[in-house]
Amino acid sequence: MAALLEVKALKAFYGQTQSLYDVGFAIEDGGITTLLGANGAGKTTTLRAICNMVRTEGSVRFDGKDITGMPTEEIVRLRIGHVPEGRGTFTTLTVGENLRIAAYTRKDKQGVRDELDRVFSYFPRLKERVQQQAGTLSGGEQQMLAIARALMLKPRLMLLDEPSFGLAPLIVVEIFRILRLINEEEGVSILLVEQNAALALDLADTAYVLETGRVVMWGPSAVVKNDENVRKSYLGY
Amino acid sequence: MEQFLQQIASGLANGAIYACVALALVMIYVSTDHINFAQGELAMFSTYISWQLMSWGAEFWVAFAVAVVFSFVMGVTIERVILRPLHNAPVLSIVVVFIGLLAICNSMAGAIWSYLIKEYPSPFPKSSFGIAGVIGPHQLGVVLVTLVVLGLLFVFFRYTSLGLAMRAAAQNPQMARLVGVRVDWMLALGWGLAASVGAVAGTMVAHIVYLDPNMMGGILLYAFASALVGGIGNPGGAVIGGFIVGVLENMVAYAGNQIEKITGVYIIGNGEKLTVALIIVIFVLTVKPAGLFGRVVVKRV
Repeated sequence: MAALLEVKALKAFYGQTQSLYDVGFAIEDGGITTLLGANGAGKTTTLRAICNMVRTEGSVRFDGKDITGMPTEEIVRLRIGHVPEGRGTFTTLTVGENLRIAAYTRKDKQGVRDELDRVFSYFPRLKERVQQQAGTLSGGEQQMLAIARALMLKPRLMLLDEPSFGLAPLIVVEIFRILRLINEEEGVSILLVEQNAALALDLADTAYVLETGRVVMWGPSAVVKNDENVRKSYLGY
Repeated sequence: MEQFLQQIASGLANGAIYACVALALVMIYVSTDHINFAQGELAMFSTYISWQLMSWGAEFWVAFAVAVVFSFVMGVTIERVILRPLHNAPVLSIVVVFIGLLAICNSMAGAIWSYLIKEYPSPFPKSSFGIAGVIGPHQLGVVLVTLVVLGLLFVFFRYTSLGLAMRAAAQNPQMARLVGVRVDWMLALGWGLAASVGAVAGTMVAHIVYLDPNMMGGILLYAFASALVGGIGNPGGAVIGGFIVGVLENMVAYAGNQIEKITGVYIIGNGEKLTVALIIVIFVLTVKPAGLFGRVVVKRV
């Protein structure tokens, strides 16, 4: 299988501070890949670097096309759905507007309506709240909204930054169930950044471990899961 | 009683102008967190453009339309050319740029059209318009035009996808980029729209205050007051604030005149109207800094 996203020798900088030194990985079309690592290892930065939200060096190729240095909004228009850290809710807009804004770049009105129906079939709770101001949603609902909004782009690849953060365990299970569904039914490839390593390794087929801005280990999830260091550092047994 | 109604009506007409300029200020404020001090002078410049076209023989509404479109292009150009390179500049640099723009517009208008006060026509028919004894034809026309403009803006922002994209870009620019919105262009569009709304205010008020390069100075102050009363980050509030300030200043002057008539003591009158606006600004800033309709922004740290 050809790689959908290919990242090579990626470096990223916040001002003078370098936070990624040499990150490289590939995501296969239709696959689920996870990035593991401690706080500050550079997981979020990697996602931000893919969308050119930080100063980057190195190479990022999406679907064979070099997207390094392209403006964020143009990268997204290639159908990369980014669910950012902190969910990025447009708090003063309604739930419906939060979803419609993601289809802003699309011209096919009927397609957008179908998309909305499909998104609501995954997240029926959002349909009930379509007129509600998005800032008044609970944390779990806002996370669902963020994923739903990324789906409205009809993404080929979704970048998810800690979708479980701050949510009740039952909600987390629900969200991960839907992520698997999205991957299987729609063929959306997923790059998942997650603190909850056990959960992430269950969902993903491939895992990369980051330490201080470098990839220190990678392989099929099943293999990574049984690695002694990973078990001790990230799985806690 | 009739005089009272007259004062209310003329307050609403003035308020409509303040509302437009206040809205222009708020439109730029919500997307950039900056107060455009040059907003009034841009409007003045647009008004001169329309005057020039009319003196070349154009109909009022043709000149009006051209001035509005011209302002839009001017606003977009200013944002793209002058402010774009300053996106990450400190606030003070941007304030200096605004003051520079103010001075440039003012002296350019003076240089091109001289500082002599000019008459500016009213587009509204003298007879069969307005309500005799209560509201004059021009005042009624100003209120109606303003309401149409505000209505159009409301529909644009509320119901079109471009309007939605502009609101999203203003509220959360980074996230807007992540759904493919070209945020830089949205800012430029906002500048264009704000300049257009300002042009409407300028062409409507010029008949009342006469056309000269300093005509918007006082009005900009009223507009600040209006925006503050309504809550600086709230477009609807700014509009209501405009009408409140317009009526309030007239009511204060009216009350002062009545007191003078009864007691013979002059306390406050037409001359102190601008003072009233400044008192409102200070009062709002001390008592209710978020404005009547503004929300207190609480940031999690």
